[in-house]
Amino acid sequence: MKFPSINRRMLALLAVVVPLLALLIYVALRSGPLAPIPVTVTTAESRSIAPALFGIGTIEARFTYRIGPTVAGRIKRVEVQVGDKVQARQLLGEMDPVDLDDRIAAQDAALRRAEAVVLVAEAQVREALARKRYAENQASRYEQLLEARSVSEETVEGKRQEFQVTEASFAAAHANLEGARQELARIRADRGGLIQQRANLQLIAPVRGLVAARNADPGTTVVAGQSVVEVIDPASLWIHVRFDQLRVSGLRAGLPVQIVLRSQEGKRLAGRVLRVEPMADAVTEETLAKVVFDALPKRLPSVGELAEVTVMMSALPETPVAPNASVQRVAGRLGVWLIEDDKLRFAPVKVGATDLDGLVQILDGLKAGERIVVYSQRALSPRRRVKIVERLEGVSP
Amino acid sequence: MISLAGRDILHSWGKFVLTGLGLGLLIGVTLTMAGVYRGMVDDAKVLLDNSGADLWVVQQGTLGPYAEPSSLYDDVYRAIRGMPGVNRAANITYLTMQVQQGERDVRAMVVGVVPGGPGEPGQPGYLIAGRQITRGHYEAVADIATGFKLGERIQIRRNHYAVVGLTRRMVSSGGDPMVFIPLKDAQEAQFLKDNDAIAQQRRRTAANPAFNRPGTPGLLDAVLASQSVNPYINAVLVQVKPGFIPEEVAEPIRRWKRLQVYTRVQMEEILIGKLIATAAKQIGMFLVILAIVSAAIVAFIIYTLTLGKIREIAVLKLIGTRNRTIAGMIMQQALGLGLIGFVVGKIAATFWAPIFPKYVLLEPRDALLGFAGVILICALASVLAIRAALKVDPAEAIGG
Repeated sequence: MKFPSINRRMLALLAVVVPLLALLIYVALRSGPLAPIPVTVTTAESRSIAPALFGIGTIEARFTYRIGPTVAGRIKRVEVQVGDKVQARQLLGEMDPVDLDDRIAAQDAALRRAEAVVLVAEAQVREALARKRYAENQASRYEQLLEARSVSEETVEGKRQEFQVTEASFAAAHANLEGARQELARIRADRGGLIQQRANLQLIAPVRGLVAARNADPGTTVVAGQSVVEVIDPASLWIHVRFDQLRVSGLRAGLPVQIVLRSQEGKRLAGRVLRVEPMADAVTEETLAKVVFDALPKRLPSVGELAEVTVMMSALPETPVAPNASVQRVAGRLGVWLIEDDKLRFAPVKVGATDLDGLVQILDGLKAGERIVVYSQRALSPRRRVKIVERLEGVSP
Repeated sequence: MISLAGRDILHSWGKFVLTGLGLGLLIGVTLTMAGVYRGMVDDAKVLLDNSGADLWVVQQGTLGPYAEPSSLYDDVYRAIRGMPGVNRAANITYLTMQVQQGERDVRAMVVGVVPGGPGEPGQPGYLIAGRQITRGHYEAVADIATGFKLGERIQIRRNHYAVVGLTRRMVSSGGDPMVFIPLKDAQEAQFLKDNDAIAQQRRRTAANPAFNRPGTPGLLDAVLASQSVNPYINAVLVQVKPGFIPEEVAEPIRRWKRLQVYTRVQMEEILIGKLIATAAKQIGMFLVILAIVSAAIVAFIIYTLTLGKIREIAVLKLIGTRNRTIAGMIMQQALGLGLIGFVVGKIAATFWAPIFPKYVLLEPRDALLGFAGVILICALASVLAIRAALKVDPAEAIGG
């Protein structure tokens, strides 16, 4: 009998074949359609979430003063450079006056001449007055003599006529004086106008501020209204923020915000919403708002810098909440996968607001305390078996 | 009744098992090749599944957005949303590019999705860690195959993104893992020029007297602003209302909006029939040759194994064993070998499939087909061997 030897060989063969079969069964159950899907679960809890809104904006100056001439002309000088701080009423530059100064000099001469003319006219008035008074006296004296019958009627008539002539010439001198005065006023006004025009060629800072741009240099010809120097008020920096219209419900003035400037990543600055613009951007489908800093950073951010703005909305009433990774759309319906007695069931839900950490309000279809699937290794379907794990394969803690 | 085959196998069990192992590895390679082919097709299908769309609206006259470039204005979706039967419409952009993460970069398909909440078309269907995108800018959900981890910062063109979620099996038709970012950022990444190009373009425009007239201040600014807009997307994904047939929703859009619309069936046809056709045929051809070669090798091994025992068979015939018994022995051995080979092959393929860089899909149907094939080939090969064995002259047992 050779049983022992046969047994030994049989055992060796079995030692190879049995593990192979076991492996095959393992492989068939652990991969392919029979394998359970590893999932992680969480318990839906009832809590209040505070949605937040995230937008991006650029820093802008609330007031930008574009200073330039009111008529076309050539720039004579520009006194300031970009970055200079200027005071209100400070001279920033000047346009070339061309012949304006000469015209003012001519007006000066004309003014002096007109003043002389007025003096002459005044002297003439005085002279006419003296003549008039003498003729008046003579006339009244001869009237008395006529009553005493000492002079003839004809002589008296002559004196009366002399008086009337001097009276007329006095009126003429007076009118002449008035004319000379008016001429003087006209020339004064003309000259004043020219001086005003001359002053208008000066580029003056309307407020205290910072020179943000110097658009033209001396010698350049600019048209009326073109800016030579731009002045901004650095204290008035704000952020022009754009929010996606999908989530802006609840955005209103006064809400606190956190601002992160692109140049200072990781540093959060506090601010608040100043106003929500009544006009939204129809092309980009964004709602616009203005956000101001609570306190301006010591080093002023540059105008045009990108800023990320997170608006903190007020907390919502308590509802069941679920992570947004657990809310899925299956066959056109939004819902969550419930775990009931280790079996999967798809429960359609109605979702509400979302916060930035990914928690979604479940308004209908889920109760606090129910167990739901958060992550899964594969897409789920009701008949698939699942295996609940702490963490999915390949995901580091 | 003593099993002749069993006795013979036990007699030289080492040889038998080793031959079976070798055969198994060969079958494993064949199964894997079938898996590579299936994986390729599955990559294309999963791309369509993941988009969550019933209809793809693309530029007229193109096979976009996967097989050909397609470019639409980003407000087209508003008009589509108003069409009958449309339940949901969402803009989407696709761009395959290198995504930077620290020192290394990963080839990925960057998908721009509307961060409109859970279940919107285009968003990843399920996650394995983290959360979906909640901010309108600078967040990303990446496929785990990219190697990115939660909380890492990645760079796409000029901007940095925080990885907030991880997903799985979200790949392009070429097998590149996907990175989902908000649509507005993706539009920027796709159509925005680099800073140097922008600066040069501004300088060029400023030097052009037609755009920089002294008498028209503000014209240059307006021209520059108009040069840096990017209101384009690649496609609009549409989900149809329950009760509507996708084709009857697609037709009015084609007709009245003058855009190309593809249904799921058409899209599959484009992806599998056109986009990956050549690559798939290449793999398929290789699979066919490998299957034929494997069959030939299996047949030859069984044949030579039998020829190696020809002397013992002659002895059996000499002692008057019936032909049926001898044929049965050879047949049983061949089938046993085939069985071991298949088991080893299936196990090997399952264990090495996940190591492949691209997806290898081992379908149970393929495994069953393979099993049937192996058994059939073993049976056929054993017929050859049986013929040789039966023809042997019993005299050879003493002659030799």
